[in-house]
Amino acid sequence: MKTVFQKPKALTDAPLHYCPGCTHGIIHRLVAEAIDALGIEGNTVGVAPVGCAVMAYDYFSCDMVEAAHGRAPAVATGLKRAMPENIIFTYQGDGDLASIGMAETVHAATRNENITVIFVNNAIYGMTGGQMAPTSLPGQVTQTSPYGRDVKHCGYPVKICEMLSQLEGPEYLARVAVNNVKNVLAAKKAIQKAFENQIAGKGFSLVEVISACPTNWGMTPQKALEWIDEKMIPYYPLGVYKDRSKEAGV
Amino acid sequence: MADKVLMKGNEALAEAAIQAGCRHYFGYPITPQTEVAAYMAKRMPKIGGCFLQAESEIAAINMVYGVASAGKRVMTSSSSPGISLKEEGISYLAGADLPAFIVNVQRGGPGLGGIQPSQSDYFQSTRGGGHGDYHIIVLAPSSVQEMADLTVKGFDLADEYRMPAMVLADGTMGQMMEPVTMGNYQPKTVEKPWAVTGTKMQRPHNIVNSLYLNPEELERTNFERYARYAVIEQKEAMYESFLMEDADICVTAFGIAARVSRNAVLAARAEGFKVGLLRPITLWPFPKAPFAEAADRVSAFISVELSMGQMIEDVELATRCKRPVYLCNRTGGMIPSPEQVLAKIKEIAGGLK
Repeated sequence: MKTVFQKPKALTDAPLHYCPGCTHGIIHRLVAEAIDALGIEGNTVGVAPVGCAVMAYDYFSCDMVEAAHGRAPAVATGLKRAMPENIIFTYQGDGDLASIGMAETVHAATRNENITVIFVNNAIYGMTGGQMAPTSLPGQVTQTSPYGRDVKHCGYPVKICEMLSQLEGPEYLARVAVNNVKNVLAAKKAIQKAFENQIAGKGFSLVEVISACPTNWGMTPQKALEWIDEKMIPYYPLGVYKDRSKEAGV
Repeated sequence: MADKVLMKGNEALAEAAIQAGCRHYFGYPITPQTEVAAYMAKRMPKIGGCFLQAESEIAAINMVYGVASAGKRVMTSSSSPGISLKEEGISYLAGADLPAFIVNVQRGGPGLGGIQPSQSDYFQSTRGGGHGDYHIIVLAPSSVQEMADLTVKGFDLADEYRMPAMVLADGTMGQMMEPVTMGNYQPKTVEKPWAVTGTKMQRPHNIVNSLYLNPEELERTNFERYARYAVIEQKEAMYESFLMEDADICVTAFGIAARVSRNAVLAARAEGFKVGLLRPITLWPFPKAPFAEAADRVSAFISVELSMGQMIEDVELATRCKRPVYLCNRTGGMIPSPEQVLAKIKEIAGGLK
């Protein structure tokens, strides 16, 4: 019988702890598939965040480091500077990357640190039970914005790709989603490119992945995927925000 | 270069770190330790090393965490307010059993404080500094030569015991110039099979981590770490004993306070007072044994400090409060004079008669 699908080798056999309908599992698989496709598992070191993906170190087969909240780009910087021949990636959520770790994110990007950043944006703090994230949408109801995110009181969501694209430093910035087959295939391509860029020594490559959190959004998994189309993508348009290899004269 | 050269304390420390095999330095500017970074910025690119000015102290200590995870010698330096920012990262280093070398060239506090010498981070450094059950090795140089020697020692101890080691200096130690001899160091080489250098598809993946959701497992890691600490307390405590053989009063001080105290002890001896000096070189582990032993012989202790009295508590603990321990101090960036210490010695000696 022909094998049509199998778990990527870069994932361990540990059962994932994610909630039903959470799309972290898909994103883990896409990262692992890229690692498999490029044959880099033995040379790769991943950096896990604090947040829902904190135990990613148990799920990826490559060497792993668990970083303090928000500090993954700094830890990855140390790893890459110590081992320039290794492939270093971080896997971070929106609270980790766009709130507490904003400084580390921006400065790793502006240094064009030759690392790959997978940024999972699900507009909420999942691990701690559904608080308002830096990327929660205006009006979004969360545990700490029970009357909806009031932009007059706590400001607007942070658009990471748009913001970082203003910097000269970064090589590649793309926003993708994993709420349907078409989007998953595009996400897979972007993630693989972010690793290829590092292998080619091109520099900082970040893929923002719009992800579903049915548990903390208070939705069924199916409804959560629809909500991505209806609410998330209009606010966070998909696409490539910076790609130096496509810029004129490069 | 085994010849004697005249160097600033901060520069001697930086050069010693390079001689200890450190090729990665991360830091953020702060007075009074900027010479360390400046020295590294000049030297590292010439020897295939990496100097990187981080966006903050927090980023710097986490870059240290990354290099340490890769199993390479790495350091950062800062001064008191900057060390406070690094403490989260130091706790993570301790929790993940990572070796790293940290320098605190102390200035007065609390808050933004001042930029003059201080020893008021004694509590912070000897009690771990960040959250959780842990210690770091704390080395207290009292000369430019020791700024260099204890740096190499710090890297060696950090690797051997898989934990952060700190040189706790002060603005005076960092800024003063003295002759120093370097070049004869033989840094230890420690195998690091736990390092995340890539599996090469030859072994199960290594994980550098300080998270244990199972409390029994977390308790076990803390018990194991404290068993290692007990060995360090047994084997690694360092101190200098000066004129203690017949002493009736024991002056104790570290760093620049010990230099001042030494002069005061000599002046007191010249006037016929039987006074000696016990100088802790490791602040953690605190050299408890010589203090416990001295408590059986002397009538009183005087702790000379550039703080409101922090080491004094360790002296009281080490001596089980058998003898009175008096404080002789200045703080906020001020340094006690030999005359102040001599006057305290006379005051205590007079009271004992």
